[in-house]
Amino acid sequence: MNNAIEVRDLVVDRGKRRVLHGVSCDIPAGRVTGLLGPSGSGKTTLIRAIVGVQIVRGGDVTVLGEPAGSAPLRRTVGYVTQAPSVYADLSVRENARYFAALLGLGAAEADRAIADVGLADAKNQLVGNLSGGQRSRASLACALIGDPKLLVLDEPTVGQDPVLRADLWARFHELAAGGTTLLVSSHVMDEAGRCDRLLLIREGRLIGDDTPPAIRAAAGTDDLEEAFLRLIREQVAA
Amino acid sequence: MNLTITLATASRVLRQLRHDRRTVALLVVVPALLLTLLYFMYDGAGTTFDRIALIMLGIFPFVIMFLVTSIAMLRERTTGTLERLLTTPLGKIDLLFGYGLAFGLAAAVQGAVATAAAYWLLDLDTAGSAGLVVLIAVLNAVLGVALGLFCSAFARTEFQAVQFLPVVVVPQILLCGLFVPREQMAGWLDAISSALPLTYAVEALLQVGVSTEATTTMWRDLVIVAGAALVALTLAAATLRRRTP
Repeated sequence: MNNAIEVRDLVVDRGKRRVLHGVSCDIPAGRVTGLLGPSGSGKTTLIRAIVGVQIVRGGDVTVLGEPAGSAPLRRTVGYVTQAPSVYADLSVRENARYFAALLGLGAAEADRAIADVGLADAKNQLVGNLSGGQRSRASLACALIGDPKLLVLDEPTVGQDPVLRADLWARFHELAAGGTTLLVSSHVMDEAGRCDRLLLIREGRLIGDDTPPAIRAAAGTDDLEEAFLRLIREQVAA
Repeated sequence: MNLTITLATASRVLRQLRHDRRTVALLVVVPALLLTLLYFMYDGAGTTFDRIALIMLGIFPFVIMFLVTSIAMLRERTTGTLERLLTTPLGKIDLLFGYGLAFGLAAAVQGAVATAAAYWLLDLDTAGSAGLVVLIAVLNAVLGVALGLFCSAFARTEFQAVQFLPVVVVPQILLCGLFVPREQMAGWLDAISSALPLTYAVEALLQVGVSTEATTTMWRDLVIVAGAALVALTLAAATLRRRTP
């Protein structure tokens, strides 16, 4: 299978603390890969290394055949940070148009991305006046502009109502069906089942890298939360 | 450098400003009000008001734009928009020039209003033209923006960013020749003064005050101020890192 992202022996220190201890994984193209783990496990650091904004201590990260963060990737990788990184003092539309302009695209593409995340009715509102869920969708809209080949989304569904969350996941799978690779982080295990493939991370180490059915089978349980727990116990015992 | 991206960034910064009506009002009105205060303070002192008001027309945009920019840039850092921008095709220079352009334009409006108020309402009298005063004010604003962009790299919080005002801006105001003419300063103070860009902006303004035509000294001073702004912008670009710890 074709890999969109290849991570080899990635070591990252933040301050004096080692956050990632030699992580290696492959993320297949055209699939939704979930990056699951508790808060503080290193999810965001791994994501930052993949989009090339993290200073790394060692190892290699290759994205779409290029070193992470290299110039050609700046048009083909969409990135949504955990806190909605949009301008609170601009309207949804003004935000989207600015991010479209950075890619040399116009108002039509911006409006399409806004409609895609279900914010068409709120497009003239200031982002600062939106609810937390709407705000993170505004941030997502800005990443969808220009049809990136890889979308890296750090906890995009936090604070969304269940219906919208289902809509967003449906949208992620539509994108994947169209050939986009998605890497979606979450600390909510009930989202794990929606991914094509899972990376389970804990304390800076990968403890699982497989499809949800394979992880369930390996752990001998249908419940992914329980499977995660068993994998952790195995690690501790080993 | 990409012109489209630079212009898109400048227009984005201006749109942000436009949504913040109170800031716009403060930017436009406050310098004129402070000049009015000076007018009444120096009531009847004629040429003293002329000298001080003229210098203040250069100092206000410098101070105000320094503050506004360092906070704006700090917000880009703390809200994560900067990290995101640096994963897009936007270049560091596009971002910095975008800010310089946007706040430079804002300063032009501010400078025009303050200068108009000074000449028409407060009877400011200079030998040279008011247009040159506005030009120097705008250049000073750009210098303030450039230094603000640079200093914001060293601040983690708004509290710290504001502390750069007494560190970077106040010494320049003290030594620029406003309080004590430079020729009356001790040699070592005069030497420090000549290393500070605001000194040249003030000298240029004083030249406009006494000469009907633009003088060579004034143009030389403006080149120095513009050069200092460029150096500060280059340093600011060097402190913007795509990769952070």
